[in-house]
Amino acid sequence: MPHHCDMSLNVESLVESPLAAPRPLRLIDDTGRAAPLDEAGGFALPDPATLLNLYRRMVVARRFDVQVTALTRQGRLATYPSALGQEACEIAAVAALGAEDWLFPTYRDSIALLTRGVPPEHILASFRGDWHSGYDQNAHRIAPQATPLATQALHAVGLATASKLKRERTVALTLLGDGATSEGDAHEAFNFAAVWQAPVVFVVQNNQYAISVPLDKQMRCRTIADKAIGYGMPGYFVDGNDVAAMYAVTSSAVENARAGHGPTLIEGLTYRMEAHTNSDDPSRYRDPGDLEIWRRRDPITRLDTYLCEIGALSDAERADIRAEAEDLAADTRECMTRSAPVDPLELFDHVYSTPRAALAEQRAFLAAELDEHAEHAEHAEHAVAASVAAHSGVNS
Amino acid sequence: MTLPDTAPTPLRAPVTLTMAAALNAAIQDAMRNDPTVVLFGEDVGPLGGVFRVTDGLYAEFGESRVSDSPLAESGIVGTAIGMAMYGLRPVVEMQFDAFSYPAFEQIVSHVAKMRNRTRGRIQLPLVIRIPYAGDIGGVEHHSDSSEAYWTATPGLTVVSPSNPADAYSMLREAIACDDPVIFLEPKSRYWAKAELSLPVRTAPMTTAVVLREGTDVTLIAYGPTVKTALATAELAVAEGLSIEVIDLRSLSPFDDETVGASLRKTSRAAVLHEAAQFGGYGAEVAARLTERNFYHLAAPILRITGFDIPYPSPKLEQYFLPTPDRILTALGTWEWN
Ligand SMILES: Cc1ncc(C[n+]2csc(CCOP(=O)(O)OP(=O)(O)O)c2C)c(N)n1
Ligand SMILES: [Mg+2]
Repeated sequence: MPHHCDMSLNVESLVESPLAAPRPLRLIDDTGRAAPLDEAGGFALPDPATLLNLYRRMVVARRFDVQVTALTRQGRLATYPSALGQEACEIAAVAALGAEDWLFPTYRDSIALLTRGVPPEHILASFRGDWHSGYDQNAHRIAPQATPLATQALHAVGLATASKLKRERTVALTLLGDGATSEGDAHEAFNFAAVWQAPVVFVVQNNQYAISVPLDKQMRCRTIADKAIGYGMPGYFVDGNDVAAMYAVTSSAVENARAGHGPTLIEGLTYRMEAHTNSDDPSRYRDPGDLEIWRRRDPITRLDTYLCEIGALSDAERADIRAEAEDLAADTRECMTRSAPVDPLELFDHVYSTPRAALAEQRAFLAAELDEHAEHAEHAEHAVAASVAAHSGVNS
Repeated sequence: MTLPDTAPTPLRAPVTLTMAAALNAAIQDAMRNDPTVVLFGEDVGPLGGVFRVTDGLYAEFGESRVSDSPLAESGIVGTAIGMAMYGLRPVVEMQFDAFSYPAFEQIVSHVAKMRNRTRGRIQLPLVIRIPYAGDIGGVEHHSDSSEAYWTATPGLTVVSPSNPADAYSMLREAIACDDPVIFLEPKSRYWAKAELSLPVRTAPMTTAVVLREGTDVTLIAYGPTVKTALATAELAVAEGLSIEVIDLRSLSPFDDETVGASLRKTSRAAVLHEAAQFGGYGAEVAARLTERNFYHLAAPILRITGFDIPYPSPKLEQYFLPTPDRILTALGTWEWN
């Protein structure tokens, strides 16, 4: 791992939590075998039914991600930040949440939205340029995907604190990237969460790059999870491609938060298999050999092997899951063919709760402009029709 | 005004350059001439920036002068201040307009005020490059026009080139300037091309230029809207309307002399920008031109701008951005007699 330097930190912890292990915590290893106990950090393997469910969600999510990347390459979406290879972090985070909890995702986390039940069409609305956030945030309890890095982490802390103040059981979970942990907002969020003992979980997907910048340019400490100690909350350094471990650690953090024990920082060590977005060219800054290494640590292959080994995944079940994934891909393609006309006049509708005269004026101005253009288009059409009619008269 | 280069940059044969390449050449030449120029920011190193403005500079100048910083805009500007206090000339990048906001406090409270607070004892020769504005189909937070935040801040010099020649010349001048410069790069013009013999020297960075002469209307534009203004002037010919197009280039300071002279000639003016109208930069332009030239005006000065709403998603930005059509319609609302 590029960020592991020789320097060792001798941090005395005031909180009753293990220091982040220098080796990532894991329950299932790269080859799909149960990891030795000393790597499990005291966490138990989830039961086979839970693992099978996580497997299904990862397979479906990956198929969606691959499909959307393909659509983007065809130029049908403005952009799409892929989470290929990061399914274990994304799916575990969502699976650990209850219906009453809130998720604060980033642009990277579309498959987390999918897994929490947002229809593909509503996920893609923003990426194809219809509107900034295309789903019902309240219905799904998912905040708008955040692009300004780390800003959403503070919102998660605030919502979680509100839940605590209202004596409710709602927990907030926010997803962050490794690069985003350099932003001041990330540090403020960690500190507020700890000071206020907010029921919040920070899941940092350490995919080792912030666009082109590797993690060793972001920080000099051993792990991101180590930082938790400095704020006075537990931090876990987890194999982010082991969905079993990510799920076990994240669910326990969510339950701790719900029980009033405050926040947790979880670092999932993973890798961004695709470019940052479609407009990025990773060959300028990454060794393609790394991809090979991380392909061998694939979260889905690993769990597939494990489930087969314990007899929890039959060929028929796998085929079933694949079929479900293909159906979703077909739905996703289909939703792109459905035209989603956005009324330009809606631009003025959601700026203030109280209508403003100035905006009404501007709306009327645009409406008039649109009418005039429509009229012009109609005239042009009539002219074309007339000339076609004239020509066909000659021809017949 | 001459550039305080330690060695003159040799004149090269003409080549076709995009604005991004011209900016790149400006930084490269400045770094070759002045060892105190350093460059850092997000992805500006081996990647060469997301718009490739810093392409090749890491390879040429190495890690000590070109580096990828931790991902934190407040940190980038804050540390640039310290470097500038200690004899370096930092050129830093905010990756996109809206991502400069974490640095707002550093820019407004320190970059802008240092000279004044210290009675001139400390100056900050630093350049903050900000790709800005829309019309590139960008998703949210990638198309903001935040110029009014900067122009409303005394102590900042705010400039914006609209073409490759100015991009080169103005960036050289900004880097050589002993005051902090907010250098706004219109994203939609990064790929605009021109044939240039570098090092090209255009009008001083803080002056406006008349790009096209006309007699009936002064159309004032800057950055991304200069192209729109020129297209409008071309279309207006068919309507018998002669439009003079001014490229402001410098938003702060404002070139009262050039713009005022044009206005006194045409007696009508309109100012164009992508940013929202309310409290926008155009308000300052209209107000100061009116104050100084009221008795020369045949009509109120118009602002033709984006609507007073957050910048729209890609599919809707076409309805937001001022078009030649919209500009001509606006000019048609004046009484012409
Ligand atoms: C405040 C802010 N600065 C810069 C950016 C531009 N930007 C978008 S994604 C990105 C890299 C983020 O890396 P990381 O946090 O590791 O997340 P990843 O993309 O790897 O999931 C950058 C610099 C931004 N979105 N917000
Ligand atoms: Mg990352």
